[in-house]
Amino acid sequence: MDITLTALIGLPLAGGLLAWAAARWRIRLAYAFALAATAGQFLLTLFFWLSLSPSGNTPWLAEVRYAWIPRLGIFFHLGLDGLSLIMTAITGAIGVLAVLASRTSIRTQTGFYLFCLLGSLAAINGIFLALDLFLFYIFWELMLIPLFLLIRIWGHEQRNAASLKFFLFTQAGGLLLLLGIIGLCLAYSRATGHISFELADLQTIALAPRTGRWLMLAFFAAFAVKLPAVPVHAWLADAHTQAPIAGSLVLAGLVLKAGGYGLIRFLLPIFPVEAAAFAPVAMALGVAGILYGALMAFGQNDLKRLIAYTSISHMGYVLLGVFALNELALQGAVMMMVAHAASAAALFLLAQMIDFRLGTRDLRELGGLWASAPCMGGVMMFFAMASLGLPGLAGFVAEFLVLLGVFKVSVLLAALGACGLIVSAVYNLRMIQMVLHGPQKKERESTLDLSLLERGMCAALILVTLWIGLFPQPFLNTSRDVIQRIVNQQNVPRILRTETKGHPPGNVAPAAFINAGAVSP
Amino acid sequence: MRDIDILSLLPFVLVAITAVAAMLVAAFTRREGPVFGVTATGLLLAFVSMAFVPAQTAPVDTLLTIDGYARFFMGLFLLATLMVVAISYGRVGSPDSTCGEYYVLLTLAALGAMTLAASDHFASFALGLELLSVSLFALIAYRRSRESALEAGVKYLVLSGVSSSVLLFGMALVYAQTGTLRLSGLGAAASGTMGGALMAAGLAGIVVGTGFKLSLVPFHLWAPDVYQGASSPVAGFVSTVSKGAVFVVLLRTVRIIGAESASALPTVIAVLAIASMFAGNLLALRQDNLRRLLAYSSITHMGYLLVMLRVPDMLGVEAASYYLVSYYFATLAAFGTLTALSGEDSVLDCLADVQGLAYRRPGLCAVFAVALLSLAGLPLTAGFIGKFYLVLAGWSAGLHALVILLIVNSVIGLAYYLRVIGLLFQEPNVRRETVTQALPLSWALSSVLVLLTAGTLLVGLFPDPLLSLTRLFRP
Repeated sequence: MDITLTALIGLPLAGGLLAWAAARWRIRLAYAFALAATAGQFLLTLFFWLSLSPSGNTPWLAEVRYAWIPRLGIFFHLGLDGLSLIMTAITGAIGVLAVLASRTSIRTQTGFYLFCLLGSLAAINGIFLALDLFLFYIFWELMLIPLFLLIRIWGHEQRNAASLKFFLFTQAGGLLLLLGIIGLCLAYSRATGHISFELADLQTIALAPRTGRWLMLAFFAAFAVKLPAVPVHAWLADAHTQAPIAGSLVLAGLVLKAGGYGLIRFLLPIFPVEAAAFAPVAMALGVAGILYGALMAFGQNDLKRLIAYTSISHMGYVLLGVFALNELALQGAVMMMVAHAASAAALFLLAQMIDFRLGTRDLRELGGLWASAPCMGGVMMFFAMASLGLPGLAGFVAEFLVLLGVFKVSVLLAALGACGLIVSAVYNLRMIQMVLHGPQKKERESTLDLSLLERGMCAALILVTLWIGLFPQPFLNTSRDVIQRIVNQQNVPRILRTETKGHPPGNVAPAAFINAGAVSP
Repeated sequence: MRDIDILSLLPFVLVAITAVAAMLVAAFTRREGPVFGVTATGLLLAFVSMAFVPAQTAPVDTLLTIDGYARFFMGLFLLATLMVVAISYGRVGSPDSTCGEYYVLLTLAALGAMTLAASDHFASFALGLELLSVSLFALIAYRRSRESALEAGVKYLVLSGVSSSVLLFGMALVYAQTGTLRLSGLGAAASGTMGGALMAAGLAGIVVGTGFKLSLVPFHLWAPDVYQGASSPVAGFVSTVSKGAVFVVLLRTVRIIGAESASALPTVIAVLAIASMFAGNLLALRQDNLRRLLAYSSITHMGYLLVMLRVPDMLGVEAASYYLVSYYFATLAAFGTLTALSGEDSVLDCLADVQGLAYRRPGLCAVFAVALLSLAGLPLTAGFIGKFYLVLAGWSAGLHALVILLIVNSVIGLAYYLRVIGLLFQEPNVRRETVTQALPLSWALSSVLVLLTAGTLLVGLFPDPLLSLTRLFRP
C-alpha cells in the first residue's frame, strides 16, 4: 500500500516522459498519455481517500521512508495525511483541467510542454508529501524549473521578464528557506549530537528565542513569497498574466497552495512559540493582502491580471486563518485553498477561452458576451459569485470559518478582513459588467459559446464548488485530525533545549557533524 | 627512497612518461590520432595506477606528500585532463598543421596540477605552479593565427609572471620569518610569529599570487580575455584543472597555518571572497558573450569556494572538494558544448548563437542546460548538493554573513544562467543559424558530454558515495 504513495509523484513524471516521447509521432497520443497520468493520479488520491483510515498510533495514512543520504541524515520520506490528501487531490484535478485546456492553445513543442506541465505537477505532489525537510526543499525548488520554462517558452507577450521575475522572487525565498532548514538542522545537531532533516525530529526541539525567531522568519519569508503575502507579491501578477493556460492553472491552483501548505505543515509545528509571537504581524499582513489584492483587482483592465490580484486577496484569508492559530480558522484556511483552487481555475479557464476566441483579454475591448455566449456568461457569473463569497458556494464556507476563527483572536482584524468581502463584490461585479454586459465590441466568431469539453470542465468545477458550499463536512473531516494535532501541539512543552546561555554559536556543531556520519574515521 | 615511495609516485612517473611518449610520437607522425591515443592511454593508465598508490600520510620525500587529500585531487585532475583531451580531439589545429605539442602541453600542465595537489613544500608549490602556467601560456595562444588568442596568451603570460614573482617573494618572506619551507612544518613554526609584519606580508604575497591564478577580484582582469581568446577546451582546462590545483594547494596551506589564527588573513579571505562573488556575478549579468559570461561565473564560483578557507574543521574541506567536483562536471560540460558548437573557423561567442538550440541540437541543448542548472545550483544536479554543502559547512562554522552573501549571490547568478537557458528554448533565429557551421561531433566529444551530464545528474541524485569519498582524507 505504502509504495503507491510514490506513484503520486511517479505517475505524473512517467506520464510526462511518455507524452514527450509520444509527441514525436502523434500529438493526440501525447495528450492521451498526459491525461491518463493526471487522471490516474487523481483517481489514486480518491482511492486513498475512500480506503484508508489512520491506524492507531501513526498520524499518517501511508508512509514511505528510504535512506537517501545517510551521511547527512537525509531520508526519502513521504507521508500522506488528510491535509496532503486534499492537496494532492487538487493537484490531480488541476492537472486534468490543465491538460484538457491546453489542447486548443498550444501549437509548438507540445511534447515538451506536456512534460513541463506534468513535471511541475510531480514536484508539487512531492511538496505535499515530503516529510524530510531536505527532500521538501528539493521538490520546492524543482517545481520552479518546469514552470519557468512553461512561462518562458509558451507564455504571452512579456513572457521573458515575467518568467525571470517569477523565478528570482521565488528562488530568493527558497534560498532563505534553505538557510532556515540548515540553521534548524544545526540547532538540532547541537542539542542532540546527531543530525537529521526529519520533520518529526526537528519539531521536538525548543529553540533559543533569538535563533527561533530568525529561523521562523526565514521559513515565513519563503512561504510568504509563494502564497504570496503582500510585500512580496510582485511576481504574481506578471507570472499569472503571461503564463500559458496550464501555467496559470498550476500557479493559481497549486503553487500558491504550496505556500499555505508549508505554513500549516512546517512552520506551525516547528515554531509554535515563535509563530504565536509573530501571529499579529502575519495576520495584519493577511488583512493587508485581502484589501490590497481586492483594490488592485478593481483597477485592472487585463482579465488575467484581474484574476491574479483576486488570488492575492484570497490568499490573504489563508494567511489570516493560519495565524489565528485555532482550529476553526485553520480549517477555514484549508477550505479557502480548496475553494480558491476551483474558482481561480474556472476563471482562468474562462479568461483563456475568451482570449482564444476574441484575441484579447482587455476588459475595455470586451462586452456583451452574455448575449452571444449565454452558457459562458452563466458560468462566469457563477464563479464570480463563488469568488465574492456568496453563501451556498465554497468561498463562503471558507471565509466564514476564517473570520469566525479570527474573531476569537482579534475583532478588529476580523472586521477588516470582512471588509474584503465588500470590495470583492465590487471588483467581481465590475468584471461581470465589463465582460458580459453592454454592447458587444469585438467581432463575434462562429462558435463563441462553450464547446462540449469546456462545458464538461466547467460543470465539474461548478459541482465541486456547490458540494463544498452546501455540504463541506467530508472535506472538514478529512483535514480535521491534522489541524487538531497542529493546534494541540502549540501547547505541548518541548523537552530538548538547544542552547544554554552564553554558549558561543557554531563551536559545538562541527564536532557533532563529524561524528554523525555513517563512516567513522 | 623506499620501494613504497616509488609506488606512491607512480602516477607522476606515468604522466611524465606520457608527455615524453607523446612528444616522440608527434615527432614521427603528423596525424593527430596517434598522439591523441598515446596521451589518452597514458593519462588513463596514470589514473588507474592511483588505485595502487598506498594510502599513507607520511610525506614521500621532502617535496611531496601523497595523502588521501592529494590522491583525491590528483585523480580528479587526471580525469579532468582526460576529459579535456577527449574534448579537444579533432578540433585542435587546422588539418594542414601538426598539433602533437598541444597534447604534450596538456599532459605537462596536468603534471603541474598533480604536483600542486601533493605539494608539501614551497619548492614543489612553485615548481608545480610554474609547470602549469608555462604550459598554459602556449596552450592559450595555441591558435596563433588568431589575434585574440595571441592577446590572451600575452596577457596571461605577463600577469602570470607578475603573480608568480609576488608569490615567490611572499614565500621568501615567510621563510625569513619561520625558517622552514615545508608546509607541514609551517604550522608549528608560524604559531608564535603570526603577528609579525614579515609574516603578514609574506602571507599576503602568497594570497595575491594564488589569487591571480584563481582570478579572484581584483586580480581577475585576465580571465574574460583568456576565456574568449583561448580555444574552448583550453578555456575549460584553465577554469577547472588550473584553478582547482591552485585552490587545492591554497586550501592546504591555509589549513596548516590556520586561517583563524593569523591576524589579517581571515579578513583578507573574506574580502576577496565577497568581492569575487559580487563582481563576478554583476559583471556576468551584462555579458553578451558566452565565454566571458562563463569567465565571470567562474570568478564567482571561486569566491564561493574561498569561503571554505574560513571553515576550520574538516567539513569545510569536504564541502570544498564536493563543490569542486560538481563545478568540474558542469564547467567541462559547458565548454564541451561550446567546443561542439564551434566550427572550424567560426567561434561561438554571442549569446544569440545559442538561441533556439533546443530546436536545432536537442542533445547538446540538454547537456548545456544541465550544466547551467548545475552551475546555478538547482536541485537534482551536483551543483545543488555542492552549494547546499557549502552553506551547511559555512553556517556550522558561524560564518553567517559570508553565507548570507553567498546565498544572495546565487540568486543574482540565477538571473544570467536563466537568461541563457531561456534563450536555448526560444524560437531559433534563422538569420544567425547559417552563420555558425559546427563540425560533426567526434565520438570522444559526445561520449565525454554524455559522461559529464550523467555524472552531474547521478551525483546530484545520489550524493552519498562521493560524500563518503571526500570523508576519507585528512590533509
